[in-house]
Amino acid sequence: MPRLLVLVGTRKGLFIVSSGADRREWSIDGPHFLGQVVNHAVLDPRDGRTLLAAVRAGHLGPTVFRSEDLGRTWAEAQTPPAFRKAAEGERGEAVSHVFWLTPGHASQPLRWYAGVSPPGLFVSDDSGRNWKGIAGFNENPDRIQWCGGLQDAPPDGATLHSLSVDPFDADHLYIGISTGGVFESRDAGATWTPLNKGVAADFLPDPDAPFGHDPHCLRVHGAARDVVYQQNHCGIYRLDRGADRWQRIGEHMPREVGDIGFPLTLHPRDPKTLWVFPMDGGTVWPRTAIGGKPAVYESRDAGESWKRRDSGLPREQAWFTVKRQAMTSDTLDPVGLYLGTTGGELWASFDEGGAWRCLRMHLPHIYSIETAIVP
Amino acid sequence: MKVLLPTPLADYTAQAREVEAEGATLAELLDDLDRRFPGIRFRMIDEQGAIRAHIKIFVNRRQAPGIASRLAPSDEVLVVAALSGG
Repeated sequence: MPRLLVLVGTRKGLFIVSSGADRREWSIDGPHFLGQVVNHAVLDPRDGRTLLAAVRAGHLGPTVFRSEDLGRTWAEAQTPPAFRKAAEGERGEAVSHVFWLTPGHASQPLRWYAGVSPPGLFVSDDSGRNWKGIAGFNENPDRIQWCGGLQDAPPDGATLHSLSVDPFDADHLYIGISTGGVFESRDAGATWTPLNKGVAADFLPDPDAPFGHDPHCLRVHGAARDVVYQQNHCGIYRLDRGADRWQRIGEHMPREVGDIGFPLTLHPRDPKTLWVFPMDGGTVWPRTAIGGKPAVYESRDAGESWKRRDSGLPREQAWFTVKRQAMTSDTLDPVGLYLGTTGGELWASFDEGGAWRCLRMHLPHIYSIETAIVP
Repeated sequence: MKVLLPTPLADYTAQAREVEAEGATLAELLDDLDRRFPGIRFRMIDEQGAIRAHIKIFVNRRQAPGIASRLAPSDEVLVVAALSGG
């Protein structure tokens, strides 16, 4: 019988929460890597077996572990992501942590991508065992400028995230840089183009700056061609591929809620359905549920209208944050939604947001959530 | 020579906290350690050859400023994972 896995990356390790496909009885396995930061863990949908985890102990350098038996045993990458050693007199960089893992295109079954902090892009062509930098990005003479200088970093460090592969073109890649903006490559990473027209950047002097933006989470639809959304520091957007211009669909959110947040997740089959988790981006940017009343907002028409989905979530005095990697969906019908909080709670809805229940409490600070179906 | 390791690195050495490695410099010693315990060097030393921020390495109880430090066969190397974070 197939099992549904919810991979919960936390500040203190990885937990695998699982159930049958009916989503009735849940169990938990872990912690794996107790005491170590697990920024992201992803099961390869192409083989249903290979599990990669981005791991860093507070004192030690960053690495990637892989498992082929759902975490019963782990092997460290033989060559973890690492920047090129600088020449004498040149300023070199070191990977602080591996932040994002993305399986490659279905036609490249052994390929994986990794995004790191400071913003860097790596690829593996042997299922995560050995990693090398993508020179078209890491060595690009414009890279530092795109990132606003390496000292311009959010609290956990500037990072490359939201690595996405176009399901219709293996060479077409999207990335998000915080800060820096969205970029795309149509030649497997050899060259990159900013993709930020129409996106606000209230913190930049030039309202039409080609880059320097702060995408929080970019999602490329896995089944529909050219469907791309992003939750940005300055709003929620849908990409109009014809004009290569972003439309601020967050303007249709209730005014008292606004359209600031970090995560965004898509319906696996309906390209017009998406969910966001708005947060307080006022004053000093508390980044908490607005007014202490957490809610998911759902759009069924590609962002033209939004509906509050908070049944079962706390009604008041709940000040948690949901990080950019910590909300996702499964592929079942109806779609299940999952969100993890900075307070260590794992919440789920098995009716596409209609009702929420808390699956787990008392976990460490949750960094990421991914789902997978395994035989 | 004798190398003393902190608990965060014990997974690489089958939980041994005291191991043997050879080298005329700290860099060579770390390379030898990595041959014996694959992956251990990168957890202590970044890709630019710098000792990581929360790692300290002492040679005969004196802190090594970098991995170019010279070693004698009778030296004792102590690796410490500094206390930090919460």
